[in-house]
Amino acid sequence: MLLRRLGLGAITVWLVSVIIFAGVEMLPGDACTAFLEREAKGKLLENCREDLGLNRSALTRYVDWAGSALQGDLGVSANGQKQISEMVGYRLRNTLLLAFGAMVVGIPLALFLGVVAALWRDRPVDIFVSTSAIFAMTIPEFVSATLLILVFSVWLGWVPGIVLTSANAPLVEFFPEVMLPIGVLTLVMTAHILRTVRSSVIETLASDYAQMATLKGVPYWQIVFRHILPNALLPTINVVALTIAWLLGGVVVIETVFNYPGLGRMMIDSISDRDLPVTQAIALIIASVYVIVNLAADIMTMLANPRLRTVHLRQG
Amino acid sequence: MAETTSLVRPGPIARFGTVISDIMARPSGAIGLTLVFGHLMLALFGPFIVPYDYTEMDANFMLSKPSAAHWLGADHLGRDTLSRTLLGGREAILVTGIATPLAVIWGGLVGIFFGLVSGRLDEILMRVVDAFLSLPWILKMLVLIVTFGSGTEVLIPTLAFFYGIPVIRIARAATHDVVARDFVQAARARGHSRATIIQRELLPNVRDALLVEGAMRWSWMLLAFSSLSFLGFGVSPPTPDWGLMIADARGFMSFSPMGVLAPMVCLSSLIIGINLTADALAKALGIDRAQKAPV
Repeated sequence: MLLRRLGLGAITVWLVSVIIFAGVEMLPGDACTAFLEREAKGKLLENCREDLGLNRSALTRYVDWAGSALQGDLGVSANGQKQISEMVGYRLRNTLLLAFGAMVVGIPLALFLGVVAALWRDRPVDIFVSTSAIFAMTIPEFVSATLLILVFSVWLGWVPGIVLTSANAPLVEFFPEVMLPIGVLTLVMTAHILRTVRSSVIETLASDYAQMATLKGVPYWQIVFRHILPNALLPTINVVALTIAWLLGGVVVIETVFNYPGLGRMMIDSISDRDLPVTQAIALIIASVYVIVNLAADIMTMLANPRLRTVHLRQG
Repeated sequence: MAETTSLVRPGPIARFGTVISDIMARPSGAIGLTLVFGHLMLALFGPFIVPYDYTEMDANFMLSKPSAAHWLGADHLGRDTLSRTLLGGREAILVTGIATPLAVIWGGLVGIFFGLVSGRLDEILMRVVDAFLSLPWILKMLVLIVTFGSGTEVLIPTLAFFYGIPVIRIARAATHDVVARDFVQAARARGHSRATIIQRELLPNVRDALLVEGAMRWSWMLLAFSSLSFLGFGVSPPTPDWGLMIADARGFMSFSPMGVLAPMVCLSSLIIGINLTADALAKALGIDRAQKAPV
């Protein structure tokens, strides 16, 4: 069961690498035309292609690229002649800082609010929490980000609105600039998770065993903590995983708004600069993280819920 | 048709009426539907009611505060913010309004087909779908836009293609639920062809799920479209578009906050409206979308 799941994850990563490679192959021009710009013709272009090995067949290049990516070598960037692994390192760290910040605040908050909303279903608390969640979830990230900047930075002047720290500065220097981006991420993430927690708790409250416990006269809070929460929070693991995966895509817009030196902005820059090796590398990293997080969630759910160990895991 | 609809069933128009009144019966649905309807009317009749031309620049009013002449002030080029905000949704609604049905149709048909055949081919397709879903949407969109340009004729098929992929999953899952039922078995036993089974037995049963999915896809597409505009990869100036307007006015927020607030309110109200409508629609049609993934 576990092996099957691992195998599926590996296949997905492999397919992603093929899609990324093919997608980038489709782009007009290659690393050499981008690097040489106007002088990209005749001998110079041929020499450059020779150097980078671009004159080989697409298949050989794919095998080469995927092979070295497996060993952690992501190749060199088209223009800077820099090692991509080095460039990506700090950016990945900065993005992870955002993601972890949002998770540390968002997950406990979402669990708390979700349970509260479910226990006081259709009361003012629930209506307030659920409505705010819909707002936070549906408004585009760049809108909420701009709104937060307007309120907290322009009007109140509490925190800086854009990040000016350079990519490889020590983490401490990102405070307090990192607060607003984390705030936006937390907002969206909390909303998604709390909605699932709420509906899951409501569903469990209506279950036979919860009703049975009530009929037996078990105290309300004991039912909630002993019977409801353990069962209701299990499906949440998968949603948290999906949300984290979404985070990795959502940060692209947020990082651009705040000028934050993370992986997402690097991706946008690399696409506009036609720095194809960098684009490929970032896409591969993001996709791998997505697959790994989902895999981890499935495994955690399986370990936490004995019933799932034997039954067929949720069909893909 | 007689063989499958022996029971009295309301016609499509009567059913549409019931669904609409069902949505309107819920406060959130009523608000949502009103917002969506209002925005559609605005997109249709906007050009007839705006006080200024959206390209008209007036240097005297550059970044001006709200006044009698310009109710919401003017932007950094002296263009009327109110007029541009009122027109700012037309491009977005047009593009996503065409792309959404396309996405639902192609994703739906592929999903139903693979839900019906299952087996090796189905397994392979689902892995490809997974692979596509594990890439951030913005990366997929940008690669195509950088390749083919960012005109409407590129954005519509691009959005339709990528947003159809998750629909495959929904349609396939919905089909799986139906395929095992007796009436499909009966149709198979009667020797109906696959096409007939899809058309007569599956489509009517999967349609509701697809309808709700389409409504959700619409709001996500709008989000993607305006984010692209905001990043400078979508609508090209001087066409008014909310995403682009927010991006332009962002630098001048401290002098004229109306420049960002007006398009923000419009964009958000449309997207929230669609979401509320989709939720109410799901409840009216009896579809449980509690476990929705934020893809």
